[in-house]
Amino acid sequence: MSGLGVWNYVIIIFLMMIGLYMVMSSSNLVKKLIGLNVFQTSVFFLYISFGYIEGATGPVMQEGASLYSNPLPHVLILTAIVVGVATTAVGLALSVRIKESFGTIEEDELHTMDSSL
Amino acid sequence: MLAHLPVLVILAPLLGAPVASLLRGPNWPWLLATLLSWFALLCSVLLLIQVNAQGTFIYTMGGWEAPWGIEYRIDFANALLLVLITGLASVVLPYARLSVEHEIGADRCPLFYTALLLLILGLCGITVTGDAFNVFVFLEVSSLATYTLIAMGRDRRALTASFSYLIMGTIGATFYLIGVGFLYVMTGTLNMADLAERLPAISDSSTVRTAFAFIVTGICLKLALFPLHLWLPNAYTYSPSAVTAFLGATATKVAVYVLIRFVFTIFGVEFSFGAEPLAEILVPLAIIGLLSASTVSIMQPNIKRMLAYSSVAQIGYIVLGLAMGTAMGLTASLLHVFNHGLMKGALFMVMGAVAYRMGGTSIDDMRGLAKTMPLTFWAFVLGGLSLIGVPLTVGFVSKWHLILAALELGWWPVVVAILAGSMLAVVYVGRVVEAGFFGEPKDATKREAPWGLLVPLWVLVIANIWFGIDTRLTVDIAEAAAAQLMAGGVVR
Repeated sequence: MSGLGVWNYVIIIFLMMIGLYMVMSSSNLVKKLIGLNVFQTSVFFLYISFGYIEGATGPVMQEGASLYSNPLPHVLILTAIVVGVATTAVGLALSVRIKESFGTIEEDELHTMDSSL
Repeated sequence: MLAHLPVLVILAPLLGAPVASLLRGPNWPWLLATLLSWFALLCSVLLLIQVNAQGTFIYTMGGWEAPWGIEYRIDFANALLLVLITGLASVVLPYARLSVEHEIGADRCPLFYTALLLLILGLCGITVTGDAFNVFVFLEVSSLATYTLIAMGRDRRALTASFSYLIMGTIGATFYLIGVGFLYVMTGTLNMADLAERLPAISDSSTVRTAFAFIVTGICLKLALFPLHLWLPNAYTYSPSAVTAFLGATATKVAVYVLIRFVFTIFGVEFSFGAEPLAEILVPLAIIGLLSASTVSIMQPNIKRMLAYSSVAQIGYIVLGLAMGTAMGLTASLLHVFNHGLMKGALFMVMGAVAYRMGGTSIDDMRGLAKTMPLTFWAFVLGGLSLIGVPLTVGFVSKWHLILAALELGWWPVVVAILAGSMLAVVYVGRVVEAGFFGEPKDATKREAPWGLLVPLWVLVIANIWFGIDTRLTVDIAEAAAAQLMAGGVVR
């Protein structure tokens, strides 16, 4: 357990819930994407917390250090960040095209337009 | 060459995708993608033969041994899935040339084939890898390609369908990521074989239980199990026909494979069905899903949408089989994964041919099809019979095994539900066949679809009947795969 106690996990769960709530409750597509990003970021924090060891240094060999934090979660999260960026890019590109062809990115308006087609 | 088969399946589409995006015109990228998919099919078939002869095939990526490097581990279950994915790609790609040029325009063809190759890459990658985090990466590669492909549909509703799939798919994949993170914390490994070895000792911890819940929920979102299927009908209805045929046949099946891998190999049968109430949760959902989705599909005026709802119902059968937690149930589930791929691929390709000639896929476009497009119509009839589960088609083989598995457990109500689902399939397929056979054509001047569409379509229809009559190959492999999976853990 890290020096933060369980506080880091409390913050992560808080962020996770904010993100999921934004995805579900906002009707604006861009706001949904922001929520999705907050949700994903909370998971990145979760992984980084896993890799933290109290009193350990960064995972680079150096004089006088015997305890290193685990580098693997960092590597995994670098990959996951790239994936997250790509997802956001595709989502934003889709929002642009939705705006072009429907004239709006509000979900409730899109819904009424869809059903009237 | 033979020693590198698992990675060749991945490398072919990976290296082909950027090249396809640089080629000009509609035909060159298509030719490249088709040849690469045939090459991948050849590799998968050779792999299956090798697994059959020598047992589990292990490939260490870059020569790094398992705990440090990523290993690819091929047993019967992945080899079967790999043949399904690359086989369907090899049939759908020749079909795609005319269909795609007609539906999305020649100028966007290079990008289309790039995305399709990336999708094939992602799906094959999920299947071959023996590393839990690697599954996430490939899952996202395939998902991002899928979102792009769906958004290329002609109807503007394809964009909203793609967007809602993006939201749901990302939440599902992130849930999976959370679960894998918990497993890593508890075991210190991401390798599936090591996870399977270390988990039984610590399975009585709430972290492992939470990981199990996150992973199963996340994957069930990707495989569109009722009630997490809401993204699927729109995504399948509005995406280009060739994409629907490929996605409907393979994408959800790969998610089923991941679920099977986690439930049986990594967590093990005792944990999933003993300590956790997996059967109690999945069996009711599967049955409600197969009955409600079949009922909804009866009322759909758009036949592509009807088939999409039918896919949700068929996922119900597949999940029902694996949720029984027995070797027979698992055999039925794996068989239906393969067989449903064949029948839905064929049926969605029929709808592509109808859209090519008639310009739409509503039931009015299907009216009088027996007179104007007889070959397309009879392909639909045979595919539909397979969907219902009439003897001599693949649908019968898998439903028969599913019923046997339910009888073995003495689950009579489940048998009744399976039969009721088939009856509902008779209604929704019969409605279209009736319109096609007795209806008056909307436009009697329309002619048969071009050979470029008919030949790949009939190859799949014949496969539906071939594997329905000669069941040795599929049933033997599915049984061997189920036995391997039920044994739990991973054979070193």
